[in-house]
Amino acid sequence: MAGVAGPATGSGAAGGDGDDSLYPIAVLIDELRNEDVQLRLNSIKKLSTIALALGVERTRTELLPFLTDTIYDEDEVLLALAEQLGNFTGLVGGPDFAHCLLPPLESLATVEETVVRDKAVESLRQISQEHTPVALEAHFVPLVKRLASGDWFTSRTSACGLFSVCYPRASIAVKGEIRQYFRSLCSDDTPMVRRAAASKLGEFAKVLELDSVKSEIVPLFTNLASDEQDSVRLLAVEACVSIAQLLSQDDIEALVMPTLRQAAEDKSWRVRYMVADKFSELQKAVGPKITLNDLIPAFQNLLKDCEAEVRAAAAHKVKELCENLPMEGRETMIMNQILPYIKELVSDTNQHVKSALASVIMGLSTILGKENTIEHLLPLFLAQLKDECPEVRLNIISNLDCVNEVIGIRQLSQSLLPAIVELAEDAKWRVRLAIIEYMPLLAGQLGVEFFDEKLNSLCMAWLVDHVYAIREAATNNLMKLVQKFGTEWAQNTIVPKVLVMANDPNYLHRMTTLFCINALSEACGQEITTKQMLPIVLKMAGDQVANVRFNVAKSLQKIGPILDTDALQEEVKPVLQKLGQDEDMDVKYFAQEAISGTKRPSGSSGFQGGSRDSPV
Amino acid sequence: MIPGLGALTQDTLWCFSQLKGTVEIGATEADIISTVEFNHTGELLATGDKGGRVVIFQREQESKNQVHRRGEYNVYSTFQSHEPEFDYLKSLEIEEKINKIRWLPQQNAAYFLLSTNDKTVKLWKVSERDKRPEGYNLKDEEGRLRDPATITTLRVPVLRPMDLMVEATPRRVFANAHTYHINSISVNSDYETYMSADDLRINLWNFEITNQSFNIVDIKPANMEELTEVITAAEFHPHHCNTFVYSSSKGTIRLCDMRASALCDRHTKFFEEPEDPSNRSFFSEIISSISDVKFSHSGRCIMTRDYLTVKVWDLNMENRPVETYQVHDYLRSKLCSLYENDCIFDKFECVWNGSDSVIMTGSYNNFFRMFDRNTKRDVTLEASRENSKPRAILKPRKVCVGGKRRKDEISVDSLDFSKKILHTAWHPSENIIAVAATNNLYIFQDKVN
Repeated sequence: MAGVAGPATGSGAAGGDGDDSLYPIAVLIDELRNEDVQLRLNSIKKLSTIALALGVERTRTELLPFLTDTIYDEDEVLLALAEQLGNFTGLVGGPDFAHCLLPPLESLATVEETVVRDKAVESLRQISQEHTPVALEAHFVPLVKRLASGDWFTSRTSACGLFSVCYPRASIAVKGEIRQYFRSLCSDDTPMVRRAAASKLGEFAKVLELDSVKSEIVPLFTNLASDEQDSVRLLAVEACVSIAQLLSQDDIEALVMPTLRQAAEDKSWRVRYMVADKFSELQKAVGPKITLNDLIPAFQNLLKDCEAEVRAAAAHKVKELCENLPMEGRETMIMNQILPYIKELVSDTNQHVKSALASVIMGLSTILGKENTIEHLLPLFLAQLKDECPEVRLNIISNLDCVNEVIGIRQLSQSLLPAIVELAEDAKWRVRLAIIEYMPLLAGQLGVEFFDEKLNSLCMAWLVDHVYAIREAATNNLMKLVQKFGTEWAQNTIVPKVLVMANDPNYLHRMTTLFCINALSEACGQEITTKQMLPIVLKMAGDQVANVRFNVAKSLQKIGPILDTDALQEEVKPVLQKLGQDEDMDVKYFAQEAISGTKRPSGSSGFQGGSRDSPV
Repeated sequence: MIPGLGALTQDTLWCFSQLKGTVEIGATEADIISTVEFNHTGELLATGDKGGRVVIFQREQESKNQVHRRGEYNVYSTFQSHEPEFDYLKSLEIEEKINKIRWLPQQNAAYFLLSTNDKTVKLWKVSERDKRPEGYNLKDEEGRLRDPATITTLRVPVLRPMDLMVEATPRRVFANAHTYHINSISVNSDYETYMSADDLRINLWNFEITNQSFNIVDIKPANMEELTEVITAAEFHPHHCNTFVYSSSKGTIRLCDMRASALCDRHTKFFEEPEDPSNRSFFSEIISSISDVKFSHSGRCIMTRDYLTVKVWDLNMENRPVETYQVHDYLRSKLCSLYENDCIFDKFECVWNGSDSVIMTGSYNNFFRMFDRNTKRDVTLEASRENSKPRAILKPRKVCVGGKRRKDEISVDSLDFSKKILHTAWHPSENIIAVAATNNLYIFQDKVN
């Protein structure tokens, strides 16, 4: 029944005497309650059009009240509504009437779906800026208070995000009240609300007077940091960062550090994890002196934490931590205080820890310089290259560029090669796929000679892998190598080997030849394509397997733009015409596709299919 | 606040209040109730059945002038939570039977509950709607299309009151994380996470995230032939977000601390009662398997149910239970026949009353038992249709063990083992209990004078 209201019905009749412009709006309004979510969503997204047509007066008195009560809808509709209302001030009559938008957003701020609630809060924050100071106290602050003292914790959680936007512009008396409300939410009964308060603590602290930060925020922070709920305590770690940024060194030492030390040694691994995860931010916030005295020992503990998740999070931060240390004495400090712990982690029992370390450890070489890298880091890299876990080896290989800059890759190549070979032959195809993707990078760093000598055969072996994804990746890899080493190299090393496969007894390998030609032709250019590749492709048109034949048709379409007109007319066209008469339906289809592609006047547009698909 | 709460000391008299479900004999398998659960205020009572349905009852507002008429529970919402499915990869049918229902703490005007079958947990929202938009632009009140030419003004729909409508909508589906059958779900006191336990693993979920869960316990041996025990039930501590317990088929309970490490394969506490060698028999292991584990509301004790007993354990004493109650010790001599008819594998649940002073659990012949922990008195009551007159007082029942059967006693041999009370629930603060007897739900209350 609601479907009949669709815009198609009677849109032709909309002319005549009726107001032309009203009809589409009428449809939009009716579709606000269509049974089809997509139509409702569409209507909500055009809410501004509706409001514009209704005018500011009716938007305020009719549309907004209706929207206030439509919170039964699907999340995506509510989300769109919450977003729209954030930009609605102009449509309700400007800043003087911005408060009219509060009721619908207030009801959206109490729904259970977090994304909708967050969006409503975001829009409320936006609108708060458009209120005059008077309107702010008359309308916005009461709304915040209502939410903050609501029965349900959804409304109280939403309130937490609104304090910081109204505080700076409120009068002194109201400021006191706002702080009072925030305080009570920090000790709310439900962990949900305490979590919301904890996560907004830093933001709120930033807009408070420094005295209030010290006298009110710090005690709240200390309380939340010793909450009975792990999930609340861990959020206090984040607040640490923002609060520390506001305080002087002495105050940080006195007010923040006791709590931070406690968090770094919390009974719950999730809290310690949070400290590890936020380490770089914490380091910047507390400054170099406290970092040296307090954070480094804490970090050492995190690196040897009993929980692997914590060790992995800390391992991830090793490079950033070292980078951010003060230049003076940095090297000694890393060598003496950090490196011993890193050495332990290289042989950690947990593979996530090792692979986290492997993803950053190479970055240390730039910080420590050539000699230290060779003496201390290189043995670690080599050990990791031999790690039993493929992910660790891959992470080392993928970051080789960092080391290359410092000591040159030659130092590593002896160990690198066995590691690469092993990964290249790993039983898991995803591992093989990952190493293929690093090949162009490796080739660039190792140079063409080393590559030809050691790695070329691997690249060719992948072309006949039994997993299609590997063959496909191998094909793309060849293309990238050609882009790197040039056409001459391609002609001498790659192309002959690829073309030989055209005679392989396995039709899958014959098809690989075609795929390689598709990928390589552009990089190799007209001459090689015409002289070396084209004859092979044409020859394969007589293949006994239909799949090969229709791939010939596809290949011809693809390499067409690279060939000159003579070759097209004299060689390609007859073959395609012959394939067009093939007994196999698919072959016929793709041959005809290719022909119609070649017929177009200008080569490039005629081969749109080919040029679109050719890799860049 | 409620007089007589938990006071079996004065021998609470229980009287019949309501009977739900079809009264005709020959109810279908799908109607069999498989779980019963009050919400946190006791205002709502949910049941799940083998047909995958969830029925929610709401307590009527008590009228101030009629003191004797206490709030009755009426159907609030009924919905199909789970459908039968087929796992094509494993060629397995997945039953729609609701294994457990757990209510979430109320967060806004709507109610939320988790329901689970063997494989999939779902989060349901039950909400009310009492307004309806009216007024279209393109059609009139009867739904007839208007001539677009006549549309000269725009109408904005207006919301008008309508009859209350209760809707149940699935908000989240937590699927594909369990290889074995889910036996328990439990909501964490952080209101942010919950766990689901199957025979060999326990997973931790965030309510907001359906595409991943964390495996916190895994007792699957590398070689399945070495499998000696399975997880039978699991529950979070009511206040400590980091603590949970799980029970095993070997009659032991493990308490784990999630603060200590991400994987809780190593327990913090291990509760086990040494076996009495004199009682050892072929059935010892089967009857010691724990079918249910529940933290007390205070969080200080845990209660476990095995085939013949209910035990209360102090969290600080791991080597033996502080209290042991015999549920139906007279069945000890009948274990052989109970094994033959598979009854010995029945999974009885157990519940605390609001103040943790009384324990209730089920038995056969539609009998259920209550144990007062203070007075050590116990009572056997029966959920039967004969007693279902309004405010009829439930007479205590006795099973006779010896040869001489007194009047009003029933002999062990005439117990009906097909009538079992597996699932019961106790109102969180009042003496109101819900007892599921096959396809019927009985609600009993204490007698108010």
